[in-house]
Amino acid sequence: MAERPVLSVNGVRLEATPSGALYWREEETLVVADLHFEKGSAFARRGVLLPPYDTRTTLKRLSAVIHQYQPQRVISLGDAFHDRAAEARMDEADAALLETMMKGRDWIWVLGNHDPIPPKRFAGEVVAAKRIGRLVLRHEPTEGPSPGELAGHLHPCARVVCDGRTLRRRCFASDGERMVLPAFGAYAGGLNVLDEAFAPLFGPVTAWVIGRSAVYPVGEARLAPDPAPAARISKAC
Amino acid sequence: MRGPMQVQPSAAVILPTVFERWFAARGWRPRAHQLECLEAGRAGRSFLLIAPTGGGKTLAGFLPSLVDLHETGGGKGLHTLYISPLKALAVDIARNLQAPVSEMGLAVTLETRTGDTPPSRRQRQKFNPPDILLTTPEQLALLLSHKDSARLFAGLKSVIVDELHAMAGGKRGHLLALGLARLRGLAPGLRATGLSATVPDPQPLLDFLSARNEEARTPALIRAAGGAKAEVDVLNSDERIPWSGHSARHAWGEIYDAIRGARMTLVFVNTRSQAEMTFQALWRMNDDNLAIALHHGSLDVERRRKVEAAMAKGSLRAVVCTSTLDLGIDWGDVDLVIQVGAPKGASRITQRIGRANHRMDEPSRALLIPGNRFEVLECLAAQAAISEGALDGEAPKIGALDVLAQHILGMACAAPFRPDDLYKEVISAAPYAGLDRETFGRVLEFVATGGYALKSYDRYRRVVKTPEGLYRIRNAETAQQYRMNVGTIVESPALNIRLMTARGPKRPGRKLGTLEEWFIEGLAPGDTFLFAGEILRFEGVEGQDALVTRAPGEDPKTPMWAGGKFPLSTFLAGRVRRMIASPKDWKRFPDPVRDWLELQREHSVIPKADELLVETFPYVNRHFLVCYPFDGRLAHQTLGMLITRRLERAGRQPLGFVATEYAVSIWGRKDMSGVDMGALFAEDMLGDDLENWLAESVLMKRTFRNCAVIAGLIERRYPGQEKTGRQVMFSADLIYDVLKEHEPDHVLLRAAWEDAADGYLDLKRLSDLLARVRGRVNHAALARVSPLAVPVMLEIGKENVAGEANEAMLAEASDQLIAEAMRRG
Repeated sequence: MAERPVLSVNGVRLEATPSGALYWREEETLVVADLHFEKGSAFARRGVLLPPYDTRTTLKRLSAVIHQYQPQRVISLGDAFHDRAAEARMDEADAALLETMMKGRDWIWVLGNHDPIPPKRFAGEVVAAKRIGRLVLRHEPTEGPSPGELAGHLHPCARVVCDGRTLRRRCFASDGERMVLPAFGAYAGGLNVLDEAFAPLFGPVTAWVIGRSAVYPVGEARLAPDPAPAARISKAC
Repeated sequence: MRGPMQVQPSAAVILPTVFERWFAARGWRPRAHQLECLEAGRAGRSFLLIAPTGGGKTLAGFLPSLVDLHETGGGKGLHTLYISPLKALAVDIARNLQAPVSEMGLAVTLETRTGDTPPSRRQRQKFNPPDILLTTPEQLALLLSHKDSARLFAGLKSVIVDELHAMAGGKRGHLLALGLARLRGLAPGLRATGLSATVPDPQPLLDFLSARNEEARTPALIRAAGGAKAEVDVLNSDERIPWSGHSARHAWGEIYDAIRGARMTLVFVNTRSQAEMTFQALWRMNDDNLAIALHHGSLDVERRRKVEAAMAKGSLRAVVCTSTLDLGIDWGDVDLVIQVGAPKGASRITQRIGRANHRMDEPSRALLIPGNRFEVLECLAAQAAISEGALDGEAPKIGALDVLAQHILGMACAAPFRPDDLYKEVISAAPYAGLDRETFGRVLEFVATGGYALKSYDRYRRVVKTPEGLYRIRNAETAQQYRMNVGTIVESPALNIRLMTARGPKRPGRKLGTLEEWFIEGLAPGDTFLFAGEILRFEGVEGQDALVTRAPGEDPKTPMWAGGKFPLSTFLAGRVRRMIASPKDWKRFPDPVRDWLELQREHSVIPKADELLVETFPYVNRHFLVCYPFDGRLAHQTLGMLITRRLERAGRQPLGFVATEYAVSIWGRKDMSGVDMGALFAEDMLGDDLENWLAESVLMKRTFRNCAVIAGLIERRYPGQEKTGRQVMFSADLIYDVLKEHEPDHVLLRAAWEDAADGYLDLKRLSDLLARVRGRVNHAALARVSPLAVPVMLEIGKENVAGEANEAMLAEASDQLIAEAMRRG
């Protein structure tokens, strides 16, 4: 197989991991976006009784990737909690797991539209945006050029077409200047990277598509739009 | 069989004068089975009427109700409920029934209630119901979930289920059975009537109609006299019979000639793509300008209704159709039925033939057109079965748990209930007779709280327990949720096929029909395909519309709609195996087929009827293993998947496989003749191998999605929030992953597994197959490909290998990017 192309944003070398987290080795920093804790119980409140394990699954996945990279610093790019009451609904075992994970490392909560106020129990650095070296981290991507920006919010996913078959997976979206990270949360849906919401952000975009054990960069030529603009609807809930 | 002629009650004694006169005025005499129905009805006894189409079945079913209403007077609330599988059939029957009611001057009101009935009339029907209401299983479920259902149905005397044979087996049947159980509770003394086409074993249908407990009386079984025997021919084509494929393109000319020689012909094919292809071909050779039409499930409803109306008027010479015309409505003067491609089952073909000639005393004429050599054998087997009156039946399925969940929520909407009472009612429905109390409890808990071990949802219960121990719904929103979700049909995601207009994309053109999303996904702009009898060019997707333009004269890239929906029946498969095994039968086969089998005997082995023949041979740099179970494509696909995994574990490096209705062919880099075939086909493959495969399969997720929708875990639609199929599918995948990780024994996963085992994997059949051939695997190691293997070998490359889009595909798409990047550099 050909050598994997290197992922860099604004000249900074980064690693897109199959977990959906981004690792910045130089800074020993792990970045995750859109954890959406307690999305399941938010549905349950209105009578849709989805399995109540999404927070646990998300935490277990996060814990695994933290264990693997042992980062000094973890940055949540906003929308970590699905709504303002999410923290209160969290199961005690889940909350304890999150606390354990946070111990001994710097933890930064970037605020998002779903969680505009910081969590009470899980103390970390709370910011609206954070600049580190050549990169800026914030929840919602800014429209127009914004070199070095790492953002979340849009939940990018890609539909890859090959031999008449298609596959829809979460992805990191980047044009080398800036990046939008995939949603990490177990119940977070996805918005096609060819959707117009991405258009003001990128030049020619590469989707770093998440596979089972690797991340595959796929160019626009192999990407397809979704048949209906329904992905936006799921973002709304 | 009970001779209907034995019972010959005098019409004058039983029939009220006004009925008697009505029959006489038309020069008719009531048929024996019609009087038997009346007798049973008068005795307050439920009954099952088995009659071929055209046997006056509908009138017979309604006769007891009409007579009772005449004698006791109508207008006292709902008297008779009629349930049909098709909306259109309910409407049609209402029209047909109105004629005798008006002509006899009976004071009987009858109305339909379907999804198309205006809300104002539906509302009025609840408070001021007609004497006879004609509706569908879904509408019945909705009616039963209303708070006033007890009042509405309290005086119900009779429920009539039409086309019972077509409904009883599946999930719709399960929903209906639960509805009937509730009706029996609301209306003591309710009489149930089932109307059915001929079935091999009426017992499951009799069970369906009555309560499954000791005190219930068995319904009477009434059979109408069979019509004249059908005249069935298998086309002995002058053309060469193809080795493989199902299109029967070699016989198109002969089909056209047969149409020309008949008044009106129904041309049945097995798939929609085949319908399109056959229709095109017939029009190309239509020098006589015969009125030939097309009818299948993807066409726009309006178009289908037009064709149906033209048929009824007798202005058509032929209709090319799929199973959409299997059921129901009386189409008038059909005098020939042509079946293109294998008939797949004796019951199915018998019913299709029954569409010809609704005058019972004349024989139906049918012509079977085999598409390839194996299909010749299948057609001959079907012909023999029809002449013996033998039919294939399916064992009734166990009641689905997702349907039960839906029903429980509906019952909670109707009135608070005690779990033990509802359980008793549920197990009185035949499909749920074997349901244990514990499973019922788990489903109830699922409905109430999601049924998760982690009890964090107690405060969000949809169903709450009152201090008296009754279960009731929490609020009106829950009832609304139920009503939006009722029914067991989960449409696969589909897009509208719409003509593009010159006025631009904002002004969409006419809708031609719908197609499954996965088919559209496989098209690139500019690709052409056959649809609605035209060649269309795919231009792109806009929202829910696939935009197309007309492309006459171009070569269509024919759509690959999901192949044969109906696998070869076990019954016909057994006959085909026996025909091959006994060379003395070969005499009546067409020459090419006989020669082919003779060659097989010379070069390889003719398997005995109870044997499994396995051949291994090299062919063009590959090694092949071909086996011939004759157990239908679904079971073969599962078998192929599992055997490939086993060979892989044994280091034989299999590369792929293809499954047909008759055989499975596996190929690889290494010679497979040394494999222990007995062990390879051992039944233990249904254990871990199956588990491991399914763990990675998208199939389970798809099945789970359907169950989750039916069970009400995922919303079908929500007011003001239409989701597309794709979106639902995507979130259902996420839910499946999370649930499987934390609660692999959850009741909904069990429902999904039972669905997959039954529907997509055909595990029952596969396990019967493996048991049948235990110790009887006959392996022939050959130097080259055998005659019997040719058809399946020809499918390789034509058929999509039953694989899934996967990692390898991503890597490929990615490598291309890298290659391009390198070039640029």
